[in-house]
Amino acid sequence: MIQPVILWTDALVFLLTAVVLAFALYARRREHLRAPWREVVRSRMAVASLVVLCVYAVTGLLDSVHFRQALEMQEGQVEVQYSGEVTSLLDLLLGPMRSQDEKTYSAPFATRLFTKETVIGPDGEKSRTWPRLKYGGVHLDDPATQKGPDIARRVARAASESMLLMLITGLLLAFLLARKWRQPLLPVLRAMLRGKTDIPWRTALGTILVFVMVIALIVNLSGAYHVLGTDKVGQDVLYQTIKSIRTGLVIGTLTTMIMLPFAVMLGMLAGYFRGWIDDVIQYLYTTLNSIPGVLLIAAAVLMMQVYVANHPEMFETMAERADVRLLFLCLILGITSWTGLCRLLRGETLKLRELDYVQAADAFGVSKFNILMRHLLPNLMHLVLIAVVIDFSGLVLAEAVLSYVGVGVDPTTMSWGNMINRARLEMAREPVVWWSLLAAFTFMFTLVLAANLFSDAVRDAFDPRLRTQR
Amino acid sequence: MQQALLQVSDLAVRIGQGDGAVRPVDGVSFEIRPGETFALLGESGCGKSMTALSLLRLLPRPAGEIVRGSIRLDGEELLSLPESGMRDIRGGRIAMIFQEPMTSLNPVMTIGYQIAESLIEHKGLVGGAARQRVLELLDAVGIPDAARRYDEYPHQLSGGMKQRVMIAIALAGDPDLLIADEPTTALDVTIQSQVLDLIRKLQQERGMAVMLITHDLGVVSEMADRVAVMYAGQLVEVASRDVFFSAPEHPYSVKLFAAVPDSGKREDRLTVIPGSVPPLNQSFHGCRFADRCHRAWERCISEQPGWYEVNDGQQVRCHLADPAGTIPVERPVEAETGPDTAWSRDTADAEALLEVDGLQVHFPIHRGLFKRVAGYVRAVDGVSFSIPVGQTLALVGESGCGKTTVGKGLLQLLKPTAGSVQFEGQELTRLKGEALRRSRTDFQIIFQDPYSSMNPRMSVGDIIAEGMVAQRIGDSREARRQRVAQLLEQVGLRSEHARHYPHEFSGGQRQRICIARALAVDPKLIVCDEPTSALDVSVQAQILNLLQDLQQQLGLSYLFITHDLSVVSYLADRVAVMYLGRIVEEGSVSDVLDNPQHPYTRALLSAVPQIDQAAKREIIRLEGDLPSPSHPPAGCHFHPRCPIAEPGCSHSYPPVTQLSASHTVRCHLQ
Amino acid sequence: MLAYLVRRILYALPILIGVNLITFVLFFVVNTPDDMARMHLGMKRVTPEAIEKWKVERGYDRPLLYNRQAEGSGSLTDTIFFDKSVRLFAFDFGASDSGRNIGEDISQRMWPSLAIALPVFLIGLLVYISFAMLLAFFRGSYLDISGVVLCVVLMSISGLFYIIGGQYLFSKILHLVPVSGYEPGWLAWRFVLLPVAIGIFAGIGSSSRWYRTIFLEEINRDYVRTARAKGLPELRLLFRHVLKNAMVPILTGVVVVLPTLFMGNLILESFFGIPGLGAYTIEAIQNQDFAIVRAMVFLGSVLYILGLLLTDLSYTLVDPRIRLS
Repeated sequence: MIQPVILWTDALVFLLTAVVLAFALYARRREHLRAPWREVVRSRMAVASLVVLCVYAVTGLLDSVHFRQALEMQEGQVEVQYSGEVTSLLDLLLGPMRSQDEKTYSAPFATRLFTKETVIGPDGEKSRTWPRLKYGGVHLDDPATQKGPDIARRVARAASESMLLMLITGLLLAFLLARKWRQPLLPVLRAMLRGKTDIPWRTALGTILVFVMVIALIVNLSGAYHVLGTDKVGQDVLYQTIKSIRTGLVIGTLTTMIMLPFAVMLGMLAGYFRGWIDDVIQYLYTTLNSIPGVLLIAAAVLMMQVYVANHPEMFETMAERADVRLLFLCLILGITSWTGLCRLLRGETLKLRELDYVQAADAFGVSKFNILMRHLLPNLMHLVLIAVVIDFSGLVLAEAVLSYVGVGVDPTTMSWGNMINRARLEMAREPVVWWSLLAAFTFMFTLVLAANLFSDAVRDAFDPRLRTQR
Repeated sequence: MQQALLQVSDLAVRIGQGDGAVRPVDGVSFEIRPGETFALLGESGCGKSMTALSLLRLLPRPAGEIVRGSIRLDGEELLSLPESGMRDIRGGRIAMIFQEPMTSLNPVMTIGYQIAESLIEHKGLVGGAARQRVLELLDAVGIPDAARRYDEYPHQLSGGMKQRVMIAIALAGDPDLLIADEPTTALDVTIQSQVLDLIRKLQQERGMAVMLITHDLGVVSEMADRVAVMYAGQLVEVASRDVFFSAPEHPYSVKLFAAVPDSGKREDRLTVIPGSVPPLNQSFHGCRFADRCHRAWERCISEQPGWYEVNDGQQVRCHLADPAGTIPVERPVEAETGPDTAWSRDTADAEALLEVDGLQVHFPIHRGLFKRVAGYVRAVDGVSFSIPVGQTLALVGESGCGKTTVGKGLLQLLKPTAGSVQFEGQELTRLKGEALRRSRTDFQIIFQDPYSSMNPRMSVGDIIAEGMVAQRIGDSREARRQRVAQLLEQVGLRSEHARHYPHEFSGGQRQRICIARALAVDPKLIVCDEPTSALDVSVQAQILNLLQDLQQQLGLSYLFITHDLSVVSYLADRVAVMYLGRIVEEGSVSDVLDNPQHPYTRALLSAVPQIDQAAKREIIRLEGDLPSPSHPPAGCHFHPRCPIAEPGCSHSYPPVTQLSASHTVRCHLQ
Repeated sequence: MLAYLVRRILYALPILIGVNLITFVLFFVVNTPDDMARMHLGMKRVTPEAIEKWKVERGYDRPLLYNRQAEGSGSLTDTIFFDKSVRLFAFDFGASDSGRNIGEDISQRMWPSLAIALPVFLIGLLVYISFAMLLAFFRGSYLDISGVVLCVVLMSISGLFYIIGGQYLFSKILHLVPVSGYEPGWLAWRFVLLPVAIGIFAGIGSSSRWYRTIFLEEINRDYVRTARAKGLPELRLLFRHVLKNAMVPILTGVVVVLPTLFMGNLILESFFGIPGLGAYTIEAIQNQDFAIVRAMVFLGSVLYILGLLLTDLSYTLVDPRIRLS
């Protein structure tokens, strides 16, 4: 028995997913909307990064299905009691990683703690040594000799599983393509493997293979070892980084989603109506822009903290409280970042409104609202899209910095920023505890790099000015 | 025969890679002799600019590439020169000027420095010597007050002046060959004649050869010694000017002549070349002109024509010229007939549909601490005219004279400052809100640029239907859909085009769609704002014919705004000539064009390059540029440029002089 | 020109008032001073007396906007709004919540900030432009393509990584420079070297790529073709013609930040223990010292507006088409 929990950000994430899917369906039938996307997916770089982004997105979506599990019925209990802890679908999939907490630091694949402790041996003798971990490698009798072969065996199994899976995926894809193009299977397969297809399927499959392997490795290894070690309080680092994905994605997408309507509407209004409307909107964004971003965020988040601290009754669970803070962070980031897009759209609208087709619509007596909606908005959308994909990576990076400053997400929320913030002093330890930092940076880097490469491809395809340049 | 200065053989250029690769130049051979003017004539997209750029190896990098051929300058192969050697050629031996003087000069450097740069590079002149030479050059290209101009920036000069500076830069290296790529296309006709004069004068003084690239037969006729016609990446005809203009051989050349509108063709329809230039990303098996040619037969489709010499020096790429070939009997050309005329044109005293009286459109200039209004740009300053039902008034003038503003002002797209616009007796300037919106069904506009006048994100059907939706014409979606299909066919397109998007159409087709869009709301008046000036001659003829047919079928009235006097004579009933926001002369076509009274009208007419050199008129060259409408000259606005101005002209603006019932002029000397 | 300056300064006033109102609402209306006091004194078991004492010490005990008890002009001036917000216009920042004089702190801490931010800005600009020029010169070649890919990779790495990694490598492993700290005077260079280098390196990806785009946009313009047709060598073309024109868009983004350099770099200063304004701000945020945050918000806005003005002025230097009127 479970009780579904829909957090604010969950609802918005699903709304966003629905909007994206609806747009995809809409654009499928419209050639002028499809054409630039087709150009995007022709680029190998874009396809590879798209696969990466999809893997992250699926992880984030799985982590957005929240619920509370029922507690075991006590005797004489009539009503089902639910756990105060909110878990997600992803937590279920990650299984043991979540709960197998050690005492403190342990290195990746370690079987013993990172720090010496005084332990009492079976013979009652006290000794200072590195005690065995509670979970990591606990199935091995003699880690020194058995660990290597055990890991090798598990890696080999992961490799063979993933190869098998890929073989099936590849064949299935070839089969589907062959049916779509009405061609025999073999030539299609050959074209695919030689990279001769229009959409670089080979690159896509290659990237998928990497991820399938990573996932297979995680599945095979993470139950028995802490693949990326544990942190100060003994929590599995791999689990933390995977859980951080959702936070990064939420900040990167919801922020723009929240600010987008304002930026688009105000930018268009200012550019189209000019006069005092323009003056007011320009005043608004110059004022907001003039406050240094970090300070405005800091001030707002501080005030939010005071408010939440003084109204504890409003939040039922810790997760809800952390979630509201996350949403608020998106909101305030949105407020500080809409000005750039608004200014851009205002300038573009000023140019568009002088174009002949807007004048022609005027000459037909088309209403101002229809001119804005049918003539201006569709011709601004490519700029909006470019801005959204470019902003995404910047926001993911900003989260880390804000968390460091202390005005980022809630300390209980798992995020790369929090991980880095907690671990930054670990580099000064002797010997160095590097795995937490490295894990966070690597996961963040992969996401941001993919987003940047993808946004490059999107910009090339959508911005005609850049297209002529190549 | 004289040794050729420049010898180009089998030149071919490719832009881009793979499937999308375009071959804008595909096997072009010609030669230019010292001191001659060699004109390369062709429509847009035929590869003439690419040919010019490849002569200097200035193709856009990295996309463009010369794939084969040879270019020899005085026997020296340019294609095998290293880049550093090529730099000595550029500007030193071959100089080039471009179409857009507005963007071709570096906006943040003084013009003096930009000229001196070339001297430093090619003549080793520096310091005072360079400055001295720059001043001489500025003088030579007719820029007054050269010493002051030296330190000015390009934005302080007018378009014509900028082109003169471009020419000065080109001359700085004392080149043997000057390539002029559409040097006057962006300029007004009076400025064009100044610049062409200058090029001709400099050529005679210096004995340099000129390669003139143009689409304008008139310019070719005035300037060229020899002519090469380019079509779809190839030369189709080369001949001396006299031979070419008296006996063009290639069917394309023949058709080009026929498509140029002028008053002599007024009663007939213009000959059109159907279709448009084929895209150059394909490989051709037959003649590239075959599908537009009225004389094409099987051989033209299956076999590429060779290069034949027909007369002395006249060469043609056409199967018709093959001495060994058999030529089928010329089919009688189907006479281009217009549709049945439902509307009689001779309604000399028809009632006025539109009556414009004292129309003013002023734009405020803001200055000072609080952006107070410090003055006005008097774009339109008291314009009066009327258009009778079913007739065409042509509004003629150079850029900046306010003719487009008149169009927008009377359509209430711009709010007039003063004056009245009466449409069927209704005062438009006082209409507001819903009433104005309702009335918009009666008057429509067609714009100049077919590329920016349609929303690229709407299908053609939606574009045409938009006006009907806004005016609530047609009861149902289905009714509107049918009307759109009917309109598309009316303008010579197919009904299934409604599902397509604007970018899939050529310039001429887009202009047809714009016409269909305007017709959708059943207007009585259409303001045509330079509807053909962005189109090639052959396509322009198609659009002009269409406009004329529609007028006859539907009894439309046109306000035809244009700078092109040849179009005026073909299409208009009455002509009004504008100068600096005012109409200086108005009358019937024959009044104004055959018997111009205002000195400006005369200058304008004489500045148009004429194809027929025999009937050459005395050319009146206007000095200087159009003054700014924010500070018009005192008295008659035209007097500073007027060749016959008298002292009295600077005192007061001349009143209207009625020359005849239909002919008025505003000049003190009438 | 003078009229222009006057007008710009007049325009700046409503913006500063707006900034002031926003901060006022944020700090005093969303939460009452009581809430803040409770927050500072620890949430549980706070006596009303302690709250009152905390407020009196910091001047938060007065009414927000209008003081009914005070007489004459005092009814407006003896308020939190006047004391904490209006006084900022005279650059009177008052005392921090911990009792220090903010104005004095700022004037002391400005210089270490500048010692980091100015070199990062100037050397950075030079490095980015040179690198972008290099890529633009070899445009379309493998050097260009790999340079752009490198830029994308570099800009995908978190700035924190550069700092942490740089400290680890140069200070801890190689012992080239101290890990953190500061010393006034010329000896500061040892402490400044690494943060400056890291600051520059962290920006190289995004800035160079952006400048390269600007250069390429300029290279495709008609006047470059004219210059090439003159026979100018490619390098002269890039450095004389293209760079000068590209300065206009570059200045838009660059000059604005010039005055805000005084505010220092939050992250760099805090990681390297530089006692500048950036670290000051971070400390204030972490200690929840609202008075300092408010002062910094105001200072930042003033400097930003100054930056806008400087941008406009700098245009006139590089673009003869722009006249200030």
